[in-house]
Amino acid sequence: MKNHVWRPLIVVIGIVILILAARVVYVPKDFGSYERGYMYSWHEKNNEDFWKNFKIKYKGKAYCKDCHEDKVTMIDKTPHRIIMCENCHGPAGDAEGVVHYDDKRPKLVIDRSRELCYRCHVKLPYPTSGRSEIKGFLDPEQHNPGIECVSCHNPHSPKLGGA
Amino acid sequence: MVHGEAWTIKELFTYPNEYIYWSVQIVMYPFMTGLVAGAFVLSSLYHVFGIKELKDIARFALVFSFALLFAAPMPIVLHLQHPFRGINVFMTPHFTSAIAAFGIVFFTYGAIVASELWFLYRKHFVIKAQALREMRDRTFFEQLQYLLYCSLTLGANDISEEALHRDEKAIRILAGVGIPVACFLHGYAGFIFGSVKANALWMTPLMPVIFIMSAVVSGIALCMLTYIVVMEFRKLMIKRASKPWQMSLEEVKGVEMHVIKMTSKYLVLFLVLAITLELLDLIFRGYTAVKSWDVLRSVIYERDFYDIFIMQYGLGNLVPLILFLVPGLTTRRTLIGVLLVLFGVFMMRWNVVIGGQAFSLTFAGYMHYVLPIIPHDWETTKEGLVGAVGILVLPFVLFYFIAKVFPVFGEARQEH
Amino acid sequence: MLSRRNFLKYSLAGAAGLSLTKAVGAKTEEKKPVEVGKGGVRWAFLVDTYKCVGCGLCVKACKNENEVPYDENVTRTWVERYVVTKDGEVVADSPKGARDGFTTPKIDMGHGHEPRIIKPEEISKAFFVPKLCNQCENPPCVQVCPVGATYQTKEGIVLVDRTWCIGCGYCIMACPYGVRFFHPKYHTAEKCTFCIHRLHAGLKPACVEACPFGARRIGNLLDPSDPITRIVQDERVSVLKEEYGTKPQVYYIGLSKEVK
Repeated sequence: MKNHVWRPLIVVIGIVILILAARVVYVPKDFGSYERGYMYSWHEKNNEDFWKNFKIKYKGKAYCKDCHEDKVTMIDKTPHRIIMCENCHGPAGDAEGVVHYDDKRPKLVIDRSRELCYRCHVKLPYPTSGRSEIKGFLDPEQHNPGIECVSCHNPHSPKLGGA
Repeated sequence: MVHGEAWTIKELFTYPNEYIYWSVQIVMYPFMTGLVAGAFVLSSLYHVFGIKELKDIARFALVFSFALLFAAPMPIVLHLQHPFRGINVFMTPHFTSAIAAFGIVFFTYGAIVASELWFLYRKHFVIKAQALREMRDRTFFEQLQYLLYCSLTLGANDISEEALHRDEKAIRILAGVGIPVACFLHGYAGFIFGSVKANALWMTPLMPVIFIMSAVVSGIALCMLTYIVVMEFRKLMIKRASKPWQMSLEEVKGVEMHVIKMTSKYLVLFLVLAITLELLDLIFRGYTAVKSWDVLRSVIYERDFYDIFIMQYGLGNLVPLILFLVPGLTTRRTLIGVLLVLFGVFMMRWNVVIGGQAFSLTFAGYMHYVLPIIPHDWETTKEGLVGAVGILVLPFVLFYFIAKVFPVFGEARQEH
Repeated sequence: MLSRRNFLKYSLAGAAGLSLTKAVGAKTEEKKPVEVGKGGVRWAFLVDTYKCVGCGLCVKACKNENEVPYDENVTRTWVERYVVTKDGEVVADSPKGARDGFTTPKIDMGHGHEPRIIKPEEISKAFFVPKLCNQCENPPCVQVCPVGATYQTKEGIVLVDRTWCIGCGYCIMACPYGVRFFHPKYHTAEKCTFCIHRLHAGLKPACVEACPFGARRIGNLLDPSDPITRIVQDERVSVLKEEYGTKPQVYYIGLSKEVK
């Protein structure tokens, strides 16, 4: 080339070509714009499967009923029927995809703490909120402190002395 | 511990996930890019507009801008949770994001500065390479030097009058193109913040312009600072052992004062512009008083009052303005002035970045940033005082090495 | 009261579940799930703040379901408490995102402030507001991602690619609702996915499942017969922070001006 003035430009073009070549190797093949266009769905399509295949932990009441029909029938007669079993018994599945079924794994950790009951049964007199409609204690520590609620109240049939 | 929890104090009602996610390195980032852009604009004032008074500082500013250019992306790298994935910005850029432009703008700007430097120093490279080639038995180090200079010439060894004239023309064009690109580089840094609609303090179209103005201010101030320091050093050298080709002590002093006076005029000009815009923004917010104003007012006038009005506007803007405007400018006064200006610009970045996160998205709570001073893990090292000081020192270290290849004083002067 | 609400909830759940499971049988992604009516799915959430009692079981379930470290102070969904006094003062909190529910009248005021207790006779209204990602129609978090690591699926759910996220935090800054955070383990941006894995298996999100009171519900806006769609269309609903133009897709019943 006759005019040396263009030499830096050639170097720059060379670097750009290098970057573009690196892109071809580095960027996954399914990276692109999808349903929502470049602005909102510029991504690697494959990643959607990662989230869709995430392990399910909470299986739901119907799943528990398959084996524990007696308990489900029992609780269904009480106001506690609205509470999903796994809220207190812990999720049936774990991160590895093992589901509490015939081999009993993962071992379910049942929450028997007073604090669990407090979530609903500490009385908060809040007008316009559903909370004020639930039976509860203004100061629960006055009511048999130190003893788990479940030692007197069966959560599956919460009325005192219930079966 | 969650990222951000180590240095965030949450007060009153904040959302559970809110922390100061953008910490001191994001203060450093616009500060450093501001210095890059400012230094370049200063050097271009001579090359494009032929402001002769700036000749001495122009060459120096350009080399320093080049050193800063390598240091500018470092704060971001230290800030990223996955620094090695930073390359993704070049690989799959998403241009609806202001940050994605970084790759392109930064690269373009780097190419311009490097090319301009090449034209400026081509003659020097050729002479160096020729001198080394003529040497009979080169040591290993000299061989390395020879290879370096040979490759730096890019094979363009013609240093005839005509060729050098073309170099100068190219420099003028590049410096001219470089000014808007430098402004864009920093303006877009302002856009990164100004376009965040979720942040009540950041969201203003003035943000990019304010950033450019303060960038030029900080760039000029840094160049003046370094210039003064280098000149002091030279004076010291002259006193110790005078080399025949150097100027006398009186000569150096005269040149130095002249350069300082000229440059400080431009510094004051841009400083006034920057302050005007910032105050305009503040007044406008107070006057329009939209939903967010209540919480913003409490941050600006109460919680951050000291940082904003005492440190930034008072110590960082007003005091240096007085120092520069009072007649009979001396080197020492200039030194104090530019240091304060640099501090003021840093505080402005701080008050924007940290101040913008000082209040919650609820507008009903506050977050206080505690800069980690003594690091106790990697995170508090890189996003603490240690990391910030490291970033501040980096350009000077780089400049030391770059100036070995691109001599700023002395040799180059002899050749021209 | 409870039983009627419950009946409604279960019948709705049954209907939704049925249509979901039917579609899940098809293996290819294009055909599943719930391609109802004129086709397509647009998930939307409906929160009834009258029903929420602040038990926080949704937050607990979400953290377990989505492997968000239980004791870290970040969460994909949370519940806020608002107490409005007769003087018009608004006091709000969400300690630990209400992971352990609201079990005391003491209101957390953050660092350096004593907790506040407001006497019942001074309260004019008080309520709980569950929050989660709004899966906006114009998600600003996606717009600002510099590398394409966060995106919206065709069903309207915004996801994050943990293998591509560089961790710059711009999306966290861009979200007006504060739903995003850095995952303590993966160090990438993290957010609510509407439990897309459960939706694709014909289940409802963990928080919806865990809520005993039916305060949280999910539905397909592109299905005109979906009960959630019907409520969103026929009843008075509102969204959070409309002024940002994000078009949030979490609809609220009983939102009040005090809600931040």
